Amino acid sequence: MERSSSFPIVKKKVGNVSTRRIVVTSGKGGVGKTTTTANLGAALAMRGHRVVLVDADIGLRNLDLVLGLEKRIVFDIVEVAEGRCQLRQALIKDKRFESLAILPAAQTREKEALTAEQFAGVIAGLDEFADFVLIDCPAGIETGFRNAVAGAKEALVVTTPEVSAIRDADRVIGKLLEVPMPISLIVNRLRPEMVRSGDMLAVEDVCEVLNATLVGVVPDDEEIIDTTNRGEPIVLDESNRLRTIYEKIARRLEGEDIPITSFEKPTFFKRLIGAITTG
Amino acid sequence: MIEFFKRLFGPSDSGATAKQRLQLVLMTDHLALAPEMIDAMKRELVEVISRYVEVDRDKVEVDFERHDHALAMMANVPILGVARPSERPSERPQERAPEAASAEPVAPEAVPAGPAPLQQRKRRKKAQRAPA
Amino acid sequence: MHERQLEIEEAVVPAARGRAIVITSGKGGVGKTTTTANLGTALAMRGARVALVDADIGLRNLDIVLGLESRVKHHLLDVIEGGVTLEEALVPSKYNESLVLLAAAQHREKDEVPTEAMTALIERLRERFDYVLVDCPAGIEHGFRNAIAGAQEAIVVCTPEVSAVRDVDRVIGLLGNRFKPQLIVNRLRPQLVKRGKMLSVEDVNAILRLPLLGVIADEPEIIITTNKGEPLALRRDGATGAAYHAMAAKIAGEDVEAPMVEVRESFFGRLGAFFGGKA
Repeated sequence: MERSSSFPIVKKKVGNVSTRRIVVTSGKGGVGKTTTTANLGAALAMRGHRVVLVDADIGLRNLDLVLGLEKRIVFDIVEVAEGRCQLRQALIKDKRFESLAILPAAQTREKEALTAEQFAGVIAGLDEFADFVLIDCPAGIETGFRNAVAGAKEALVVTTPEVSAIRDADRVIGKLLEVPMPISLIVNRLRPEMVRSGDMLAVEDVCEVLNATLVGVVPDDEEIIDTTNRGEPIVLDESNRLRTIYEKIARRLEGEDIPITSFEKPTFFKRLIGAITTG
Repeated sequence: MIEFFKRLFGPSDSGATAKQRLQLVLMTDHLALAPEMIDAMKRELVEVISRYVEVDRDKVEVDFERHDHALAMMANVPILGVARPSERPSERPQERAPEAASAEPVAPEAVPAGPAPLQQRKRRKKAQRAPA
Repeated sequence: MHERQLEIEEAVVPAARGRAIVITSGKGGVGKTTTTANLGTALAMRGARVALVDADIGLRNLDIVLGLESRVKHHLLDVIEGGVTLEEALVPSKYNESLVLLAAAQHREKDEVPTEAMTALIERLRERFDYVLVDCPAGIEHGFRNAIAGAQEAIVVCTPEVSAVRDVDRVIGLLGNRFKPQLIVNRLRPQLVKRGKMLSVEDVNAILRLPLLGVIADEPEIIITTNKGEPLALRRDGATGAAYHAMAAKIAGEDVEAPMVEVRESFFGRLGAFFGGKA
């Protein structure tokens, strides 16, 4: 794990590349928005970008927990919006990375504590600190969602290959297109063996049904739970394949055209059985 | 044991079932979110049909029926009159004789095989109806 | 004197009323909807009259988990706003005679439902059903408040993950003493618990401290049955089906053990521990 020098928090942006503001959303809860935000943010930071992750789940914050930063929270986004502290004071630098910080949510407030304009105002204030701002959106399509979207210029929709998740993702995509906002799709928690046995929708099915641009496929990995328990994003584990996967998603977000790995090639055995049964 | 062999030798179809159900449910969800689109579709439907037969525009109904494996649009379009082929309303799209508007409505699926509407009107009670 | 006594006794005997139970968690994606569908199915299979209410307005999914998505004609808001009667809106289950669904509205928002209206609706359902199970949305805002309105009991669903435990803890605080909450631990993976990579049930309940209704293991069957819209509890065989039936019996007041998931230490685990390695 890299130990980094201090985050140049007051460093001004070089050149005039505008800050990317991306909301990570899904509609359905529990599909992996927070895990995606944390790991993708970490991957972008590892590629040298200055990254700020914003937890928009006021009242049920979890981004801090997933990154193991929960004990270091002093101020939160509501206090920033209400002017009770400076933005800089609320940012928590993740010491494992050169340039990754989080802006935590408030825990004892509710999503109605902020208006969309206030939220957008706070996000705009991050422009001088970050090349990438990833906003971890709460579940649902109400106030919390609207606020998170108000702060963003593009959206990353996370879904799992399951019926309820895809249906909710469809609803969310509809709402995002109304803004309008460019949308990329991540299919999370794919289980290739279940796709092969016909028990799970394939990635192509998901993309066809949702009609969205795919930017990443992340297979289900039991290590994720352990990393969340420990507050260590999985991209720090060099032996885990998810590290490369998140790195590639980061590169696609940068604009690189990298083909998406297919996890669903049938095994030799299955092809053999297929050949025998179909004759 | 049978389950084991089913898995081994043939694809389970729950994934395919899921896809089919999802496509249907999303179609329904999208329709529910677009009442303006349905109104526009209804208006255009009536316009197109009016080029061929005269319809009772106030009584046109458009509904969507969902079954377990299909979604269908059902339209009920009461027909007021069918002109002789040579006098098709499409020939005179703007004008319509006031008499024809008050002719008795015909059942949607029936095309009158008998006398032309003008003659029918003389024999039957005029329906009390304002021109559409 | 005797007659007056009889009169008084009649006056205090209340009309039989069903039990209204809200299924909640705070965190999304832990299995509230699946639990509602399966518990409801299990209770109906015992002969009870059961109404399932989807309170996730805007992102409904109880209908699709029950396989009823193509049969929903009217929803909860239609009833509350007086457009249709309750009878017209209740959708009978495909599989159980005594199970019905009251669907959520798909293209409305949770704010549109006044809490008093929800309470009144649940009261009406209690008059006709033995059990009214309310599927609560994720979050702790208006949707949550509406879902608990009218309920007298709560079942709290939690997965053995730190984010979920944290959110559920918050929700238990909000529920207060009124709801006699019981806990279901969902998606346990015994292998991971054994290897120390997942919280155990004891770990979870050491924090939440609720009476345990049951534990459900993570199973691919859950995804498959949701794909097909056939709740797993329709089959009494299999560990998960049996667990839901045991929980239904417990809810009905039978003196049964809460279904658990065995976390057996493997031979190698014990060997490793013997040699001083990680268990």
